[in-house]
Amino acid sequence: MQPNRPMTRWQRFTDNDIVWSFLHSPGAMVAAVVTVVIILACTMAPLIAPFDPFDPAQISLWDGKLPPAWLEGGQPQYLLGTDNQGRDMLSTILYGGRLSIMVGLAAVCLGMVLGVTLGLVSGYVGGVTDAVIMRIADVQLTIPGILLAILINGIGRAVLPLELREEFAIYVVIIAIGLTDWPQFARVTRGATLVEANKEYVQAARIIGLPGWLILLRHILPNTLRPVLVIATIGLALAIIAEATLSFLGQGIPPTTPSLGTLIRVGNEYLFSGLWWITFFPAIALVVLVFAVNLLGDWMRDALNPKLR
Amino acid sequence: MHFKKLLAVSFAALTAASPALAENVLRWTSQGDALTMDPHSQNEGPTIAMNGQIYESLVTRDADLKLQPELAESWQAGADGWTFTLRKGVKFHDGADFTAEDVVFSFERAKHEASDYKEQAKNVVSVEVIDDYTVKLVTDGPNPILPNQLTSIYMMDKGWSEANNVTTPQDFKAKEETYAVRNANGTGPFSLVSRAPDELTVLARNAAWWGEGQFPGNIDRIEYRPITNAATRVAALLSGEVDFVLDPPLQDLKRIEGADGLGVKTVAQIRSIFFGMDQGVDKLRSSDVDGNPFKDARVREAFNLAIDKAAIQRVVMEGLSFPTGMITPPGVLGNTPELDASYGFDAAKAKALLAEAGYPNGFSVQLDCPNNRYNNDEKICQAAVAMLAKIGVNVKLDAIPKAQHFPKIQKRESDFYMLGWGVPTLDSHYVFSYLLASNGSWNATGYANPRVDEITQAITTEIDIEKRTAMIDEAWQLVKAEMPYVPIHHQVLAWGISNKVDIPISADDAFRPRFAVMK
Repeated sequence: MQPNRPMTRWQRFTDNDIVWSFLHSPGAMVAAVVTVVIILACTMAPLIAPFDPFDPAQISLWDGKLPPAWLEGGQPQYLLGTDNQGRDMLSTILYGGRLSIMVGLAAVCLGMVLGVTLGLVSGYVGGVTDAVIMRIADVQLTIPGILLAILINGIGRAVLPLELREEFAIYVVIIAIGLTDWPQFARVTRGATLVEANKEYVQAARIIGLPGWLILLRHILPNTLRPVLVIATIGLALAIIAEATLSFLGQGIPPTTPSLGTLIRVGNEYLFSGLWWITFFPAIALVVLVFAVNLLGDWMRDALNPKLR
Repeated sequence: MHFKKLLAVSFAALTAASPALAENVLRWTSQGDALTMDPHSQNEGPTIAMNGQIYESLVTRDADLKLQPELAESWQAGADGWTFTLRKGVKFHDGADFTAEDVVFSFERAKHEASDYKEQAKNVVSVEVIDDYTVKLVTDGPNPILPNQLTSIYMMDKGWSEANNVTTPQDFKAKEETYAVRNANGTGPFSLVSRAPDELTVLARNAAWWGEGQFPGNIDRIEYRPITNAATRVAALLSGEVDFVLDPPLQDLKRIEGADGLGVKTVAQIRSIFFGMDQGVDKLRSSDVDGNPFKDARVREAFNLAIDKAAIQRVVMEGLSFPTGMITPPGVLGNTPELDASYGFDAAKAKALLAEAGYPNGFSVQLDCPNNRYNNDEKICQAAVAMLAKIGVNVKLDAIPKAQHFPKIQKRESDFYMLGWGVPTLDSHYVFSYLLASNGSWNATGYANPRVDEITQAITTEIDIEKRTAMIDEAWQLVKAEMPYVPIHHQVLAWGISNKVDIPISADDAFRPRFAVMK
């Protein structure tokens, strides 16, 4: 240590146990790079994709079922081949990935907002409120998430009139997945809230007469966010998988605006006939994305957990 | 003593189970289920085929689509009707005798307002009972093709229908539920054992059937399990879970043929696939433009020219289709090679025609499409969306199961829709009366040409074959020029069948178990 020399900005940024842990964990760095690259590529799909797969005027049926460019019969403009309708696979995957990530993020945000709110209330108010909220969470945790998502999704579709189903399918899926993963957030937040609520700074805030909601929002919430962040990262990977599962089962995003799961389902029909690339590449994209996000989540859990340090 | 008893019980259980082992069970699948078991409620291929295993008509067709006697033994034409001699000793599955009064009842039922067979049945003005086993079907003047029109009008038992309060057909459009929807009592080679719609329908051999011993079929039990997903259907065939797939996806035929113990049979089918455009309404329901572009013949021609039928044939259908310019296939009286020639593909001309009609930037419209009825139906629609986009027409595709799609057409709620049409009578009259006559119950295009209506009426009574054929040709020429539809292609049928069973393929896509032989 050289206490006399002022630290540069970079040094100040890296002089932090989390960043230190990150820079010393190659797995986390690779995962982070992969995640960032995929997310950037997908969000910028309209800019970097060679074709717009949702513009029917750009699709030519005669180019349907072409293999990847490096195989016999492949064409250079279709790097990963084309699907049965002549859509460029690479573009379709980028657009599909964008949809999958968007649905995943939105679902996690919904679950997080719901779970954290209920967890805070549960931990701070206690008593009957706590018991009711936590028992609901317990019951929900005993039901496999995907089943619950299918149920919520099914109800959502049944309620909507036929004409609106396609348009609102994305929102229904987001709500279905979001409503499935709130108990995780609620439990963690409640645990942290219970700990924080008895600390002196909270008692002090209470004594000077701050209203309960302000204490929760200003003082307790910021101190519970670390574990929530970990769960949210792993939750993102799970939500993307959940969306893909729903779509694969034909319950999720409609084929007119396919997500990765829908692409895998549509491609699955062609596996028997040897057109493997229609399902293979979306599947690989999904696996890599989920794996990277998961690794990142794992690292974050270790880094943020004082007991493991 | 106790042990003996146990032994006896288990022996009894064994003998009860063993006939099932010796039975010839045929398990088969296709993508959609029969819509109802009521034989007069829905005029739709799979429904007719399923009901045709249980119910019978006076006259039927064999696997080669030749007319054969069924419940009638012989028939004789007259100036004002046909006399049918009924088969004696025929019993319904519940044991009741089949007699002339059941024929009277069945025709009345088939002519009811809720019946989907009224176009066919109304050729029979009334049924006169001559004696218990002779009836005269009275027609409005001479009718040269009456027996052709009777092959899917099934006979029901009057007593059973009255006892179960099903003397009128189920109103399918209104989602009516009646006893006849899930129960059946016919005279046919198989009786209904259990019915769970969209899941499993079990039929058992009717030992008391009149044709027992006269047909090669040796199936004792039929289990029909619809499987929506095409890949799952093929997997079920490959794994031996089913013996017969009626509609394997075209891209998988090579795989099926290459598999041990499986084969594929193909035949040109009596079914044409086309799009209908509603020129009847004043304003399209799903469009961004005022008025109705389809009223302009140039727009309809542009649609015909914009669809690349050859690309659909090669890429979507794997070569298994015949691109066409009319909505009825070869084999049906009225189809000629000149009329059958496709309108061709010319996107530039299509765009010019649209501009001429006042839509240089195109317009938007919704395409209603079934996703579980015809070979690659949804994929054809997707391809059409892309092709129409190239001439500036913005098509929103709504692909839904047939059970929701067909009512849309029948209730005239669609601007632009896909439909396929088979012709059981093998005569153009069937196509005119349903699809082209202004009052045709499946004519949702609003197409109304007085001359076509006149011909539709005239050919029901014209006995002079030459004159009749000339009239049919005249009507088709008008239709060809006025283009109420966008013809796509005639389907080619392909069935995936296990080598354990021999099933003759029929061009009408109907499975006829009386000819199916298990080895």
